[in-house]
Amino acid sequence: MSLSSLIMIIISMVFINNFILSKFLGMCPFIGVSRETKPAVSMGIAVTFVMGCSSVITWLLYRYILIPFNVTYLRTITFILVIAAFVQLVEMIIRKFSITLYRALGIYLPLITTNCAILGVTILNTNEFFKDSATLPGSFILSFTQSIFAGVGFTLALLLMSAIRERLEFVDVPESMKGIPIAFIVAALMSLAFMGFGGFKF
Amino acid sequence: MKKLIVEFIKGIIKENPVLVLVLGLCPILAVSVSCVNAIGMGVASTFVLLGSNIIISSLRKIIPEKIRIPCFVVVIATFVTIVEMLLKAYFPVLDRSLGIFVPLIVVNCIVLGRAEAFASKRNIVHSIFDALGMGCGFTLALLIISSIREILGSGKIFGFVLIKGFEPASIMILAPGALLTLGFIIAFTQLKKSKGKEL
Amino acid sequence: MNNNLVVSTSPHIHRHESTATIMWAVVIALIPSGIGSVWIFGLSALWVILTGVLSAVVFEVLIQRLRGQEVSVLDGSAVLTGLLLTYNLPPVVPLWIPVVGSFFAIAIVKHAFGGLGRNIFNPALAGRAFLLAAWPTYMTTFHAPYDALTTATPLALLKEGKILNLAEMNLTYGDLFFGGRAGCIGEVCIGLLILGAIFLWVRGVFSLHAPFAFIATLALFSWAFGGTALFSGDWIFAILSGGLILGAFFMATDYVTTPLTLKGQAIFGIGCGLITFVIRKWGGYPEGVSYSILMMNAFTPLIDRYVRPKRY
Repeated sequence: MSLSSLIMIIISMVFINNFILSKFLGMCPFIGVSRETKPAVSMGIAVTFVMGCSSVITWLLYRYILIPFNVTYLRTITFILVIAAFVQLVEMIIRKFSITLYRALGIYLPLITTNCAILGVTILNTNEFFKDSATLPGSFILSFTQSIFAGVGFTLALLLMSAIRERLEFVDVPESMKGIPIAFIVAALMSLAFMGFGGFKF
Repeated sequence: MKKLIVEFIKGIIKENPVLVLVLGLCPILAVSVSCVNAIGMGVASTFVLLGSNIIISSLRKIIPEKIRIPCFVVVIATFVTIVEMLLKAYFPVLDRSLGIFVPLIVVNCIVLGRAEAFASKRNIVHSIFDALGMGCGFTLALLIISSIREILGSGKIFGFVLIKGFEPASIMILAPGALLTLGFIIAFTQLKKSKGKEL
Repeated sequence: MNNNLVVSTSPHIHRHESTATIMWAVVIALIPSGIGSVWIFGLSALWVILTGVLSAVVFEVLIQRLRGQEVSVLDGSAVLTGLLLTYNLPPVVPLWIPVVGSFFAIAIVKHAFGGLGRNIFNPALAGRAFLLAAWPTYMTTFHAPYDALTTATPLALLKEGKILNLAEMNLTYGDLFFGGRAGCIGEVCIGLLILGAIFLWVRGVFSLHAPFAFIATLALFSWAFGGTALFSGDWIFAILSGGLILGAFFMATDYVTTPLTLKGQAIFGIGCGLITFVIRKWGGYPEGVSYSILMMNAFTPLIDRYVRPKRY
């Protein structure tokens, strides 16, 4: 692990392999919560937070339980349950301690549990930073960075999309293109623009 | 019997999970690069859907109301794990090209949606037909999108060259092509629904 | 449908000019560079330009008929889109390439959003990005000036890493300025492009905030980090190569797809310059001007949201 590989991961997660625009993870909130800027940002922060925490939890789980007991085939089932339990816990804690924070972020948490972006990033981490049950050097930091910046990329795409959709509210988009279709066309053009970073080498 | 056929048909056309209900978009966009992938993903998802619908429907009186969602998730995840292992053992090439979208069937909203909306309320036979219908609807949508993308993007269908001399637009098998294709297909279904209005 | 379809949420500076007047002025400003290019690359460039413009006009008419709108092709916007698209193509391509590009630009990037004034992305640039991703071989085969031989553009030579400066390419700044190098149709003749830009600026068609910020940012970063040592980069080469002049003056100044306020336009230009530099330095493509403008197009609604126009 070196600084340049970390920078590579950051650029890759935010622009080149953006979770929404190139990997197609987390499309449902991308289409559903991108009508206005404010909820889009809240959703983005919530996703980034859960991604970061989930990557830590699942890394520990995979490294110290699944691998030693040789039950890596239980990855999918344990990860989804742990993530669901964790999200539930965070929701309860937030609701208990800060009702404002709950209103701002908490309501997005239940939507996140079955968001494929979260499970996706943890599975990607184990695929990339563990090789045949062996832990690659620096895998914890790499996993964490990858997860956080996957969340940042997600937030960026969501934010841009929401600002564009707010503007499209005021113009008469053709009837058949209104709503979801035009959102997909915008996403396609954004994805086309972000392809400019393809082949990035630092 | 007629009712069962209705349960089956509705998943394909009237309540098509992808084209009409707009669910399960992530795998649709990601694996529709080629028709072979589409069939693989469709069959894998249908298998999970069928298994989870059967188990959940038969356990529907035992599962406590309050913790039903975690229970559903466990059942679904079990079938996903089975699919993962089967694919790894018998179809390693397909497994590699579907990548992380095999384990991600577990968070496909169609599967959990059918468990919650149908299988937890109806008997086994109905649930089987519902699962088959939804699975076929999902596979059909996947096949439509992937055939458009494969024809335009690599000039082939199921790996066979379609028209000689046609220069495929490789963008269609890249990310923007997926988003464009799905966008226009949904626009087309919206157009069908609101026929008569301004285009 | 009225003719003043420039987005109208702010008190715009050039309100008194109609869309058509502006569009045709930009078309006129672009023509010298096209003529220069035909002189340099031969008749094939002319056929590409004519096919692109004609097909853009035809698609515009067809789609407006289909949507039951009044046909407004005389406002010059379709001609301009076709012209800018072909200016971003290599001089020798099969003639169906500009046709497909025009279709994508007009039908999908412009009319799927509702037509002129509603699009988020620059149609011509999105069309080019589409063509580049779809048929990369055609889109990256360039020809030497006054010659039929295929060759690489100066920026592509630089990207390969074998040739490190102008002298090794057998070129001078003068060559770059007068179009004596390989490149896209409309981008090579820098002198004529600047002539057109001055014409537009004198007529008050655009303000110089975005182009100036774009060029200055790119020059600064290329000078500071572009060379082998710090502050030794060839910034004049950075300005004169690639599609910077064409992009900065004619596409980063588009009314519809760039910010409304002057401050917003400056931010837009700085963003473009930064992204272009990053792509040229570390990206997979040799040139990043068109991608940088497209990316900043996506940021435009966000910039407009936070940099509000002054209320008069």
